[in-house]
Amino acid sequence: MRAVDAIIECLKAEGVEHVFGIPGGANLPTYDALYDGGVRHIQCRHEQGAGHAAEGYAKASGRVGVALATSGPGATNLVTPIADAMMDSVPTVFITGQVRTDLIGTDGFQEADVSGITLPIVKHSMMIQDPREIPEAIHTAFHIASTGRPGPVLVDVPQDLSRADIDYEPVDRVNLPGYQPTTEGNAKQIRLAAKALANARRPVIYAGGGVISAEAAKELTELGESDRFPVTCTVMGLGAFPAPHDHWLGMLGMHGTRAANYAMDEADLICCIGARFDDRITGKLSEFAPRAKFIHIDVDPAEISKNVPAHIPIVGDAKKILPKLTREYRALESDSARLDGWWERIRNWRDKHPLRYEDSVDSEIKPQWMIQALYQATGGDAIVTSDVGQHQMWTAQHYDFAKPRRWINSGGLGTMGFGLPSAMGAKVAMPDEQVVCVAGDGSLIMNVQELATCVTEEIPVKVMIMNNGYLGMVRQWQELFWDRRYSSVDMGSSPDWVKLAEAFGAKGVQLTQKESLVDDMKEALAEDGPVVVDVRVTPEENCYPMIPAGQAARDMVG
Amino acid sequence: MGEPATKEVLNLEDLQVAGGVSTGRKHVLSILSENKPGVLARIAGLFARRGFNIESLAVGPTDDPSISRFTLTVDGAAHPIDQVTKQLHKLINVIKIRDLEPEATVARELALFKISADDNARAQIMQFTDIFRGKVVDVSKRSVTVEVTGSDDKIEAFEQMVRPFGLIEMVRTGEIAVSRGRGTT
Repeated sequence: MRAVDAIIECLKAEGVEHVFGIPGGANLPTYDALYDGGVRHIQCRHEQGAGHAAEGYAKASGRVGVALATSGPGATNLVTPIADAMMDSVPTVFITGQVRTDLIGTDGFQEADVSGITLPIVKHSMMIQDPREIPEAIHTAFHIASTGRPGPVLVDVPQDLSRADIDYEPVDRVNLPGYQPTTEGNAKQIRLAAKALANARRPVIYAGGGVISAEAAKELTELGESDRFPVTCTVMGLGAFPAPHDHWLGMLGMHGTRAANYAMDEADLICCIGARFDDRITGKLSEFAPRAKFIHIDVDPAEISKNVPAHIPIVGDAKKILPKLTREYRALESDSARLDGWWERIRNWRDKHPLRYEDSVDSEIKPQWMIQALYQATGGDAIVTSDVGQHQMWTAQHYDFAKPRRWINSGGLGTMGFGLPSAMGAKVAMPDEQVVCVAGDGSLIMNVQELATCVTEEIPVKVMIMNNGYLGMVRQWQELFWDRRYSSVDMGSSPDWVKLAEAFGAKGVQLTQKESLVDDMKEALAEDGPVVVDVRVTPEENCYPMIPAGQAARDMVG
Repeated sequence: MGEPATKEVLNLEDLQVAGGVSTGRKHVLSILSENKPGVLARIAGLFARRGFNIESLAVGPTDDPSISRFTLTVDGAAHPIDQVTKQLHKLINVIKIRDLEPEATVARELALFKISADDNARAQIMQFTDIFRGKVVDVSKRSVTVEVTGSDDKIEAFEQMVRPFGLIEMVRTGEIAVSRGRGTT
């Protein structure tokens, strides 16, 4: 069997039904095998689009996303999605073609050292040196990508080796002596954590994307409800705890709620689960949660005490640890009345500082209202992807995600242009779900070519552009911190989004009236094919509240 | 889960930070890895991007040809050593890391010193070489090359002694180390 046919067999053995990619010289053999190999290939228009589609596929479904690219520029176009998948721990496998082995190192046509280029941004990578290694390499890639802390794995396959004839034997185990992720969690530490929770008077549960990766949303909710524990999530963790909820503080961090950030600031015990104390959460590290002790639960031991020293570290899988922690906590029969004062304080913050904005006096659509209208139009139950910027933060604030894997965004790397291709991947993975991309007008243009993919491959995603005519978040910072010197943030009047959508063969609509917005959105969502909705919003609205970069939670503005 | 937790009160104030603390001394890390292409680049790249500084590095095969050993010294004052080892452990090809205790470790480094030497100096240099149990490995009219093996302290001491003669060049291998006693490193 040709090695490339073995690759397809391995993909099928891993349960892969869809792959995203673009063919080229060095991966021609792979595409020959895909021609009738029995795996659906979605032909994207740019490798970056293929990579983010694989991420969206993985984030929506929990299954490994796969993207293919040829050597050289095809492979380098994958660099951003690979880095994105690394930062957000997305289980993905990238298979790149490489020039023939006799050309490697000669600066051959379309040669790029993609393993070298991606070395700092992969969970692991393998450069094939013998075609007989290929089957085990593919299975190893899936195993590493999907276990422990998930992440991207690259397999680089030289063109001549991919054509080689090999004896294909199904692989049922991979040999990785240096890779054994810890899953169970230390029983003594779990007991200590339960005890600390029982003795805390101002506890906060701070959960991140790791809870979603671990499929532990139910277990997190049970822990939160085992007493009156206030719960907040990072932008990656939204949906891990069902919003709205009595215990729900809202998102924390730079654009989080005051209730969540003030609670972190005054907490005496913070139980961090599957989050990593990113600078967007902590603000000024030396003033972060100054009164708190930390329980830190994470599957990646290197996250523990990386930014904030943990007092009770627990390494393992949240899905296994949280039920044990809940059981141990319940066994302590702690007196819930000790939390009365804490809740009084939290309620006070909630009442005094809800998320709010000033509505327009005319028909102008405020961006916050756009998200609330989308929530109503979708029944709060869509899979929502976003690009990066103000619209992302407003969506995180105003679309109450009640379930995991409904909110797909680029949190760590902050990749503009992520929204459309990831929505495309999510829709392929979950064809029966409503998938909406909330896009920025600055971001969407960065990967707008994937509209062609959506049209030709019949992937009916709905794109809602929050169109304020600016690179809005940068404009906001220039307004607040750079004396309103608006440098290169005005997007002008190009493109005409309706015409652009139509040029791609999609439907285009422009919306400008706040009163009819929900109904207009419903109408667009009811269309069969891909739709681009150009929603004109207030040009110079700022996203609040906000912790200015490098400051502390109690310095929130807006 | 063992016996149910006791209900005695735990004072949160008594909880101590676990890990993440700088030790303030030099650490010798002995790392076993799969002998695969690119492992050295992965380790070196990890140190570079995390801002850890490698003081010395020695790489070689082990008794098992599929496994290599890296001996790496890191300054524990500049970096929390547990963060360094945890990041190293994340490399899939890294099998085992041991942070060697200085008292329970035999560490050696080999250095070659090329020293400028006239007839007069040569005798003195050879005397120092004897004291340090080094070996003269090359001699020319105007130079002598000495091999010295030992701990890094010893090598540095020898360097101090011969530098006044005119040190033309010096090459050091970086430390290698094994644990004392019967157990494997």
